Amino acid sequence: MLREGDYRIPSGCAISGFINKDGRRVDGQAIIKSIALMQERSNGLGGGFAAYGIYPEYKDYYALHLLFEDKLSRNQVEDLIKDNFYIEAEDRIPTRHVKSIGKAPLLWRYFVTPRVSKIDESQETEENFMTRLVMRINAQVSGAYVVSSGKNMGAFKGVGYPEDIGEFFRLDEYQAYSWIAHGRFPTNTPGWWGGAHPFTLLDWSVVHNGEVSSYGANRRFLEMYDYKITLQTDTEVIAYAIDLLVRRHKLPLELAARVLAAPFWQEIDRLPAGERDLYTRLRVVYGSLLLNGPFSIIVGFSGGIMALNDRLKLRPLVAGAQANTLYVASEEAAIREICPDVEQVWYPRGGEPVVGRLEEEAQCRLSA
Amino acid sequence: MPTLSLMSPEFSVVRDENKCVKCLACVRQCGFDAQQYDAADDRLYTIDANCVNCQRCVSICPAGALTIYKNPPPMRPNAYWSEGHLRNIMKQAETGGVLLTGMGNDQPYPTYFDRLLLNASQVTNPSIDPLREPMELRTYLGSRTEPVSLKERQDKTRTPLVPLETPIMFSAMSYGSISHTAFESLARAAKEFGTLFNTGEGGLPEDLYQYADHAVVQVASGRFGVHADYLNAGRVVEIKIGQGAKPGIGGHLPGEKITAAVSATRMIPEGTDALSPAPHHDIYSIEDLKQLIYTLKETTRYQKPVSVKVSAVHNVAAIASGIARAGADIITVDGFRGGTGAAPTMIRDHVGIPIELAIAAVDQRLRDEGIRNHVSLVAAGGFRSSADIVKAIALGADAVYIATAALIALGCHLCQKCYTGKCSWGIATQDPYKTRRINPEIGAERLYNLLRGWSHEIKEMLGGMGINSIESLRGNRLHLRGVGLNEVELRLLGVKHAGEAI
Repeated sequence: MLREGDYRIPSGCAISGFINKDGRRVDGQAIIKSIALMQERSNGLGGGFAAYGIYPEYKDYYALHLLFEDKLSRNQVEDLIKDNFYIEAEDRIPTRHVKSIGKAPLLWRYFVTPRVSKIDESQETEENFMTRLVMRINAQVSGAYVVSSGKNMGAFKGVGYPEDIGEFFRLDEYQAYSWIAHGRFPTNTPGWWGGAHPFTLLDWSVVHNGEVSSYGANRRFLEMYDYKITLQTDTEVIAYAIDLLVRRHKLPLELAARVLAAPFWQEIDRLPAGERDLYTRLRVVYGSLLLNGPFSIIVGFSGGIMALNDRLKLRPLVAGAQANTLYVASEEAAIREICPDVEQVWYPRGGEPVVGRLEEEAQCRLSA
Repeated sequence: MPTLSLMSPEFSVVRDENKCVKCLACVRQCGFDAQQYDAADDRLYTIDANCVNCQRCVSICPAGALTIYKNPPPMRPNAYWSEGHLRNIMKQAETGGVLLTGMGNDQPYPTYFDRLLLNASQVTNPSIDPLREPMELRTYLGSRTEPVSLKERQDKTRTPLVPLETPIMFSAMSYGSISHTAFESLARAAKEFGTLFNTGEGGLPEDLYQYADHAVVQVASGRFGVHADYLNAGRVVEIKIGQGAKPGIGGHLPGEKITAAVSATRMIPEGTDALSPAPHHDIYSIEDLKQLIYTLKETTRYQKPVSVKVSAVHNVAAIASGIARAGADIITVDGFRGGTGAAPTMIRDHVGIPIELAIAAVDQRLRDEGIRNHVSLVAAGGFRSSADIVKAIALGADAVYIATAALIALGCHLCQKCYTGKCSWGIATQDPYKTRRINPEIGAERLYNLLRGWSHEIKEMLGGMGINSIESLRGNRLHLRGVGLNEVELRLLGVKHAGEAI
């Protein structure tokens, strides 16, 4: 079977997401309803979700969601995990039978914490150690794939319409303060579960509608920073770019968005001196991370979501706000489907990030 | 003792007597004394042996009476002993000297630019219309420090980067090898378009310091015209180690070209040959190069990026890596099609490697070592069109230098006789009668037009790929496909073959 990574798949898609900024956790029914409305934008070849705040009892452990094509790959990965981590808990990811979903791979999750001795040995930070392990599994263990690797979050994805994937993973049984979802319309048939969105790394998850024409430049830049790009997909590159800019290079998320969808030079030239200098430096240093071509993305992270369009707004993206909830989706109808009385609806401009974060009190409560 | 020349003329000049009005323009304009006038007989005639086929007389003739023909080879056809070989042997049998030539390598080696095709968007990814959307060609040259610090002060210590409004600069051509008028045309056009010109290794004439803010000031092994004011006046300082047209050897400007003005700029006696040694005699190793880089940085108070220019040679990737680690901000790689005012023919035609392979190898090597962002990479050597430039940037260059194309825009017809100093077009000569043939204002306008036309074409090609900023093209080899290349060539260029999916 050919997988993502054997070729690239340009695709059109549907995306939707919301965050309850007061930290209120809700089950997966709303997000499923929202993404299901946009079925026209999917073709049954990929659907997925990321949910934040779903594992409060294991919030200090990395939740590794994995898919295995066979027992052999599972054994190989488990050896790797046992070598490098202390395992607090592990189980099969609960699923239910759904007629339209074909044969699923083995789906497991592990709640782990890195062994201190191994981190000392590696001379790396805990996050870099984690990142390297994720890359190693994806690149080196044939038949195994890390679906997500963050704390108190998880990604659930597979081949099928997103509403069926949601049903299959029993998302109505999970409680999360933020959900993001994706329905896929690939112009090719990978038939591979790992190829669905979201793509993730640590706490980052990205769903994406579009095709990034700068992919080759983005990819070769990230490879310099030890990111192993194995899946030939634009979305994977976006997740790693955000990880590099925000986690490793300590840029605020809003500025990272200005790298991915940079202001035009003619706009930068008109800024006041201090800002002009900053944006010039961002473009000059991180020019290779500019995402060119049409895209709308939703980025999920611990404590927030961010939606972003390409600078020319070549793909649809709409935002809505109601009380303490921020909604973002490909279509307004997908927001109204789950929040009919949405107070405020707006269409973000190209390159203008829409960010929703947990309020401070909720953040404290969730991390306590 | 001169011997009888056995060489038949390479060209014949044919005059249509019915059209000729005997205005004698051809006689006055020919730099090589091929066109003659016999006043006693009131007769125009040509000495074909002197004709270099520079087309000056043909272009200038108001009656359109002149045509130049290539003569048949002076031998029966032979696929092994070509006409070129035969003429060279005859010439050397008569002179005992080293064969000289000008401009770039004209031999039929593979041209990889012609074996690479560009991508365009269809359906899944819309093309971008340059008439409707901003298309950004602005490029910055210099070393980037990561990560970007939000504390401004920390970055004040950085050497400023240099912006170019288009990723095309004018390559090194020294005052002395070319005329003041040609040199000034390049300087003016660079300033007007917002790009840079390169002084070459002959210094900067005093009256052109007004353009210094758009100059790459070169420091070569001869150190001609190099002083602190010159270094501080330029925008970028470039150490010339090698040149694509003649890797491994130095420069030689004959004494005939060292006029009073050239001698003043170069700071050498009038009429003496200007010899740049093959190596800098204070650089015998990479650590010596580092010393010169930092000497220049100290002299310019770290306000000017320092570039190091090398020829594209077999081990260019490792050499470039060393240069980056030695502190250079910019690396210029000059391929084997690069032009020159004078080079031994054998060296021009047989030493060095194609710029396409060199740039691909250097870009990949710097990325493998994680230092690609520490330097800008400039490609030079035989860019014939905007498509060549787009392909070079996709292979990994930040910007390119053009020189042969710039001279063609000024009137050069590639007769390859620059080293004689007789250039009929007023470019590669110091003869005031000929240099006046270039009006710097008109020359600058022609060069500006070339940059403008090429920049528009680059924008069109980018838009077709669904890209609206040049930085998304840089190193983006997925937008290239090879045709008719073997596996080794594809691997070295880092591109897939046409027909392979993304």
